[in-house]
Amino acid sequence: MGSITLNSVSKVFGAHTVIPSIDLKIDEGEFVVFVGPSGCGKSTLLRLIAGLEDVSGGKIVIDGKDATELPPAKRRLSMVFQSYALYPHMSVRSNIAFPLKMAGEDTSVIDKKVADAARVLNLTDYLDRKPRQLSGGQRQRVAIGRAIVRQPVAFLFDEPLSNLDAALRVNMRLEISQLHQQLKTTMVYVTHDQVEAMTMADKIVVLNRGNVEQVGSPLDLYHRPDNLFVAGFIGSPKMNFITGDIAKGYGAHTIGVRPEHLDLSTSAGAWRGTVGVAEHLGSDTFLHIAVDKVGTMTARVGGDFPVRHGDQVYLSPQEGRVHRFDETGLAIR
Amino acid sequence: MATLHTRSAARAMMAPSVLLLLAWMVVPLAMTIYFSFLRYNLLMPGMEEWAGFSNYRYFLTDPAFFQALFNTLAIVLGVLLITVIGGIALAILLDQPMFGQGIVRILVIAPFLIMPTVAALVWKNMFMNPVNGLFAHLAKAVGLQPYDFLNNSPLMSIIVIVAWQWLPFATLILLTALQSLDEEQKEAAQMDGAGAWSRFIYLTLPHLSRAITVVILIQTIFLLSVFAEILVTTNGGPGTQSTNLTFLVYAQALLQFDVGGASAGGIIAVILANIVAFFLMRMIGKTLEA
Amino acid sequence: MARNVSTQRKIVVTVAAWAIGILIFFPILWTFLTSFKTEAQAIASPPSLFFFDWTMENYHEVQARSDYFKHFMNSVVISIGSTLLGLIIAIPSAWAMAFSPTPKTKDVLMWMLSTKMMPPVGVLVPMYLIFRNTGLLDTRLGLVIVLTLINLPIIIWMLYTYFKEIPGEILEAARMDGASLAKEIIYVLTPMAIPGIASTLLLNIILAWNEAFWTLNLTASKAAPLTAFIASYSSPEGLFYAKLSAASTMAIAPILILGWFSQKQLVRGLTFGAVK
Repeated sequence: MGSITLNSVSKVFGAHTVIPSIDLKIDEGEFVVFVGPSGCGKSTLLRLIAGLEDVSGGKIVIDGKDATELPPAKRRLSMVFQSYALYPHMSVRSNIAFPLKMAGEDTSVIDKKVADAARVLNLTDYLDRKPRQLSGGQRQRVAIGRAIVRQPVAFLFDEPLSNLDAALRVNMRLEISQLHQQLKTTMVYVTHDQVEAMTMADKIVVLNRGNVEQVGSPLDLYHRPDNLFVAGFIGSPKMNFITGDIAKGYGAHTIGVRPEHLDLSTSAGAWRGTVGVAEHLGSDTFLHIAVDKVGTMTARVGGDFPVRHGDQVYLSPQEGRVHRFDETGLAIR
Repeated sequence: MATLHTRSAARAMMAPSVLLLLAWMVVPLAMTIYFSFLRYNLLMPGMEEWAGFSNYRYFLTDPAFFQALFNTLAIVLGVLLITVIGGIALAILLDQPMFGQGIVRILVIAPFLIMPTVAALVWKNMFMNPVNGLFAHLAKAVGLQPYDFLNNSPLMSIIVIVAWQWLPFATLILLTALQSLDEEQKEAAQMDGAGAWSRFIYLTLPHLSRAITVVILIQTIFLLSVFAEILVTTNGGPGTQSTNLTFLVYAQALLQFDVGGASAGGIIAVILANIVAFFLMRMIGKTLEA
Repeated sequence: MARNVSTQRKIVVTVAAWAIGILIFFPILWTFLTSFKTEAQAIASPPSLFFFDWTMENYHEVQARSDYFKHFMNSVVISIGSTLLGLIIAIPSAWAMAFSPTPKTKDVLMWMLSTKMMPPVGVLVPMYLIFRNTGLLDTRLGLVIVLTLINLPIIIWMLYTYFKEIPGEILEAARMDGASLAKEIIYVLTPMAIPGIASTLLLNIILAWNEAFWTLNLTASKAAPLTAFIASYSSPEGLFYAKLSAASTMAIAPILILGWFSQKQLVRGLTFGAVK
């Protein structure tokens, strides 16, 4: 129950190929995050799984059955939309009950399931309100409530947190993760925010221009990016890339070093540079350093590191933390 | 949103309206075109015969046609001019803070809700009548000779009546548009040192352009075929001084029973409307896309 | 000081706006007042605005002479009937255009609107003949059909602009929740679009009520609505100003009141959603 398999799925809009061909296996109970820059096809991929768009080619297998031709209502999936897509004319209760009503469940069963969902999501006191009387976070929870009452095969999330403010986003991130641990149902989650992807996912699928760049666990992607795109996309602040002679010294076309893997010294090191902007976060400081013959690099140092704008510093990459890439951008292992 | 399933459903749901409108456009129009080439009078049934272009020749060489063409355009342009300019002025006035704005709005909207036959009859009899009309009373009160509006300047009178009916429409749409003008923009302009007049020219007018387009589009549709106002006031006269194309064709068809001639006139009216529509649609397309 | 100036300004604006408002409304007010005068008072010089002997005589006479209620019922049936019929045809169509648009949707809409550009007189003759030959001439059914057709583009356009404002995601959510197409339209789309449907309904009832080309040309007496009822007063017969006023008042009062109550929806509807 709950596995989703894509076999060479493709999507073409007119003359525009959004997804050339994707193979992907999502195991039962997994929390999978599709991540990538806007326009990479991640939402389209989710909508193909949901059945809101037709595939142009390939096969979608849900729960062991071919679902390629099934309409969305028959796929037994639930979806949480970016805008929450609550029914504005219905109370919270009716919103959550709607899928059950459509499935023709008994009123008594519906009432019980709605009450259960409301309790889990802390919505019991709001059941008779209309969506517009709720805060953003509460609306989000109603949307989730509507998704869980049906006990679907899998949940689909389309950038569900992007309309929330930063603090609430962190909370909801946690709540969704907890929900996943409780329900143990497959979840497919789309986001452009790599922090969400890293913190929530069992498995991350990095998409770029409709292609899967890499699939793996968060730490896999962090430590062993397959290519330049993944290396640059995962991790914050971004990995520093260096080309030219220095890279050649490492036997590569490009090398990459994460800001947290650079050692700083005021006296000696591999590369010399001048401190430009220093961003103090308290716990850490991000230094933007103009490195001779390389350009600007970012380094992450402890919050107490004593440098100021204009100071001379020396940078050295940590042993074994240098990522090497060939001319085509693929990692050299 | 766009699966094969929904797309075919969508096509099925659009079909009735598209087919109906297509039938509505094609069937009578085809018949009109056919009739326009016949010598066909309702008073002489069974005498129909092929007439070639003679109906068109007759219609296009009729001096009444050119008068009607001129009158049609005069009514459209005259009413548009009055209602757009008057509407802008009135909308700006009504947009100012005042007491009882809601009631003023109700007063102003009223003429739009009046049926054309009533509006025209009231103006004709109660106001423009040279003997008992209110204007005649007013003229006499200040010692002037009453003026017979509908006899002496029939076209102008009809333009005034129609403009009275459409002024509320223009005003309300422009007012709605005005109210959506960002307060901060006006304040920013004030900070930039723009006076009332330059604020109007550089801020208000461009903001209203979309609304003005809508006003022109919708009014033109209705103004091209003004009919009832002419029918109950002047009957197109005196002579053909207030006959527009619609009325001319009506007279040909239902007063002289000349189906062939009327059909030729109808086709000419359609062609004219299409020329106007072509320019209008291009203008609308540009403004509404934005 | 500044406050003073703005109050002064407000008073000036109020006076000006009221003066213009009353001026625009005056013909209607005058008609209303005249309807309560005797025929002699109606043409008295100088005319009096309020100080005359109020009488209901004219209303009785108009009903007796031209059977107001018959025409009133014709107007009601024709305007409401054509609007409802139009809505039934237009709602699915507008749904399709708003939520399943194709590259051609805009063109189809423009084409529909362009059918309104066709002058009715271009098809007057065939319509008259078709109606005469099918027995639809001077019937309510015939007028309902014609008015449905001429207002259909406007109804579709208005509904389309309202539907466009409903986020597609909500309909997709319904689909994910297991709603069929029919249930999606009944439970989700229609309730959300009620305000839009209401203002479409209102505007089209008003347009149909006041339509005065087809109603005048395709009816004689049996199915004649109020537009034709009033047109029968176009040739003067002796003293008739007061009766004309009474008839006019009766013809416009229902729609005037309806329009006043629904001002807001009306204005929104009129702009085709193009002006916010």
